[in-house]
Amino acid sequence: MTDNINDQPEGRVPARVIGTPPSNGPILGDEIVHEAKGVPGVIPADPAVAKRAERIVALLFTITFLAGAAFIASYVIFQVGTIDRTAASNYALGSSLSIALLSLAAGIVVWVRQIMPKYNLVQERHPMASEADTKEYVEETFLQGANESGFVKHKMLRRTLLLAAAPLGLAPLVLLKDMGPLPGTALRHTVWGTPTKDGKPRRLVVEGTGQPIRAADFNSPGGILSVIPEGYEEDLNALAKATLILLKFRPDEIKSGTNLNWTHDGIVAYSKICTHVGCPAALYEQTTHHILCPCHQSTFDAADGAKVIFGPAARPLPQLPIAIDSEGYLVAKSDFNVPVGPSFWERGDAEAEAREQKA
Amino acid sequence: MDTTPKAISGVSTFLDDRIGAGSFLKRNMRKIFPDHWSFLLGEIALYSFIILLLTGTFLTFWFKPSMGEVVYSGSYQPLVGVKMSEAYASALNISFDVRGGLLIRQIHHWAALLFIAGMMVHMLRVFFTGAYRKPRELNWLIGVGLLSLALLEGLTGYSLPDDLLSGAGLRITEGVMLGIPVVGTYLTFLLFGGEYPGHDVISRFFTIHILLIPGILLALISAHMVLMWVQKHTQMPGTGRTEKNVVGAPFYPTFMAKAGAFTLFTFGVIALLGTFAQINPIWLFGPYTPADISAGSQPDFYMGFLEGSLRLMPSWEINFLDHTVSLSVLIPALVPLGIVMTGLALYPFIEQWVTGDRREHHTADRPRNNPHRTAIGFTGIAFYGVLWLLGANDEISANFHISLYETTIFGRFAIFLVPALAYFVAYRICIGLQRKDAEVLSHGVESGVIKRLPNGEYIEVHTPAAQDIADHIRGKKEIPIIESGVDGDGIPPKGARTAIGRLRAKASEAYGTDHVPLDEGHGHDEHAAIGAGDHSDGHRDGH
Ligand code: HEM
Ligand code: FES
Repeated sequence: MTDNINDQPEGRVPARVIGTPPSNGPILGDEIVHEAKGVPGVIPADPAVAKRAERIVALLFTITFLAGAAFIASYVIFQVGTIDRTAASNYALGSSLSIALLSLAAGIVVWVRQIMPKYNLVQERHPMASEADTKEYVEETFLQGANESGFVKHKMLRRTLLLAAAPLGLAPLVLLKDMGPLPGTALRHTVWGTPTKDGKPRRLVVEGTGQPIRAADFNSPGGILSVIPEGYEEDLNALAKATLILLKFRPDEIKSGTNLNWTHDGIVAYSKICTHVGCPAALYEQTTHHILCPCHQSTFDAADGAKVIFGPAARPLPQLPIAIDSEGYLVAKSDFNVPVGPSFWERGDAEAEAREQKA
Repeated sequence: MDTTPKAISGVSTFLDDRIGAGSFLKRNMRKIFPDHWSFLLGEIALYSFIILLLTGTFLTFWFKPSMGEVVYSGSYQPLVGVKMSEAYASALNISFDVRGGLLIRQIHHWAALLFIAGMMVHMLRVFFTGAYRKPRELNWLIGVGLLSLALLEGLTGYSLPDDLLSGAGLRITEGVMLGIPVVGTYLTFLLFGGEYPGHDVISRFFTIHILLIPGILLALISAHMVLMWVQKHTQMPGTGRTEKNVVGAPFYPTFMAKAGAFTLFTFGVIALLGTFAQINPIWLFGPYTPADISAGSQPDFYMGFLEGSLRLMPSWEINFLDHTVSLSVLIPALVPLGIVMTGLALYPFIEQWVTGDRREHHTADRPRNNPHRTAIGFTGIAFYGVLWLLGANDEISANFHISLYETTIFGRFAIFLVPALAYFVAYRICIGLQRKDAEVLSHGVESGVIKRLPNGEYIEVHTPAAQDIADHIRGKKEIPIIESGVDGDGIPPKGARTAIGRLRAKASEAYGTDHVPLDEGHGHDEHAAIGAGDHSDGHRDGH
């Protein structure tokens, strides 16, 4: 299948095996292997060209040597530790490495092209399929072995082997179960529904600073604020569901989609977790009251219950019922009444259920 | 040199005495490799993979795959004192406190991009030249597997540094998984060890990214190479090249040296990119929190088409019996990828079924010579391309001042129209190129010599095409068409009696019919009119 018969189309010379020693001698042994002189299909390089090329290749290899040495020197000379020093080290190491590699590559290319011969060798292909008698032999041997093993004759053997394999095959999958708990109803709740230690409703605090928000101070209509639950500032699992955006409207701007009972003095809180696949819907356009999710550009009308007006999200951003506590700070009155974030199989039409419950 | 140096003959004799390496070398040292620029594309992917293994291993020496919280205290001043995961802190540490760390990180990322890009163009080369045909279907399937795994490898790697950008990718992954009917929530809770983001996913992705997938990739790539070696490379049609031979240069010494040079060249170019083209500057994004996102962020290029298809989708969702199927997630996340990958995997077998061609093929087709295949390929490229462009529609909208929503709505139509148009245009171009070939064979090529005829007309003298060009063109193969005609009694053959059989016969005829048979053009005069004068003997080739 892979013998090297270099039969030239022109057939100037009888076919011979090129580049391989006589078959019964030691490989690469002491025997003299005469270099292919005048071998068909091997066109030697022009000696004059080769001579010049040798100098070019030597030069390129020398450049590689120098660049390689420069790489090692750069490692020693350039220390890291500040942004500027890291940048300098990066340039020094990277340039010397690139030059070393490219120059070595160029040297070898010149070598191959101008010093090694040009080749036009021919090798035969054979069909991939084996010869008929080989196939026949394999088939006979297979049948013989199958019969010898008794696998065919002993029915019980076959069936119990299959039986034995089934649970063993499942075992590795079963073992994976403890990678995580069952979902249960976890996706239906957020920490907004959990009261604080002293049993008071949970305050809204500003993401980043952790400051509670006094309703009277949050009075710039058109503003948008990223808000998280007090006490969970560092809890990424909680934030992945409970993060809010807080907006303030003038009374005449609010449309019917927004639940007024859940607002306080024109302040509305929506889940920031996009109902498409969960990116934070972080962009706000003040003039149109559009909330835009940067991931796939679902657009929600903040004045109208955050209903979807464009893009792939299928449901509005859920609204969180808010009020103020005795000190005038914004708090959650309860959890969201529907699951926040992306849809999932067990979710169902939670919005419709919530409406029915209210009615 | 007339004798082998002792150092080499000693070692080789040692090995041969023990494993009989000689007979393997005898058969393979002078294995012939055909040459064509497009055969280098796969090598780019191969060498990038080697670079990924080397640089990736270097990264593992410092990277800490942990979501445990630490306060940053390294060299990057703007983030000192910020709470972050250990993974992110260690990736910053690699970038700023390990000499050469930033370089290796950037080389790793660029190599990943080149690895996947190299695979994609390599695959297109194999497709358009029909190199997937018998006996190479298995290697084609391995290739489809490699591409899918490489996408997964990229996705898991991208998530490791746990910066704000990588977290956005992870969140989208979670959202899509949640949407899978019946088992979605269970799968998500298993992967994340509970609710998103949990504390486990980075270390799990780490194992997948540095052990599981690279291990499978390595095994599949090795199998890919062995099959290529055993089946020998396809060759372009040309002088002296047949289905029964390989013409080219021997493995030892030329091909070996060239491959070495190309490895170094690939590594050199990636090193240049890693040095001068900043990529994934994680320190600018900040640590991950599910509450924030950096606007205008783009995923790596190979994920762009998924982003685009998610953006394109209208907001469809089905609720029934207290359950939800969220089509606006499932369709865009699974259908395009499914169509492309399944289509790729099945194509060799569908083509075989349509043409009834069960022969071995060892010379590559020129894309023009199988116009339907080429057109189908361009349809795929156009489909992918539209999704990919839509993945950057916010950039397009900002740069060209088009409304964002208009780009999306345009995309919703373009995803159907542009591929159809691509089919038509590619098909036409193929036929046009075939005509040009036929003309070269029948009328020769322009010689550059202008002659004035007695009647005042100028003509350019045509000479027969050079031998190698002519042979290259003559390499065009007939595409078989299955038997479908009725026999003497008006009865169609058995296979063509069912509806599927008739469809197959129709498809076969369309696929295989040669609209521009080559005509060697004996007996034509060897010139064509180019200038003023009497055009009476004008163009004979207006078919
Ligand atoms: C085979 C294809 C591979 C692809 C497509 C790939 C892709 C990626 C990508 C896109 C990243 C993010 C890079 C960044 O931080 O800028 C990454 C990070 C990483 N990869 Fe790979 N990788 C591959 C193989 C490997 C291998 C074989 C190893 C180790 C043996 C490895 C180890 C790592 C590590 C430790 C990181 C995180 C370090 C950091 O971000 O600074 N990768 N990979
Ligand atoms: S996650 Fe918001 S649009 Fe996709």
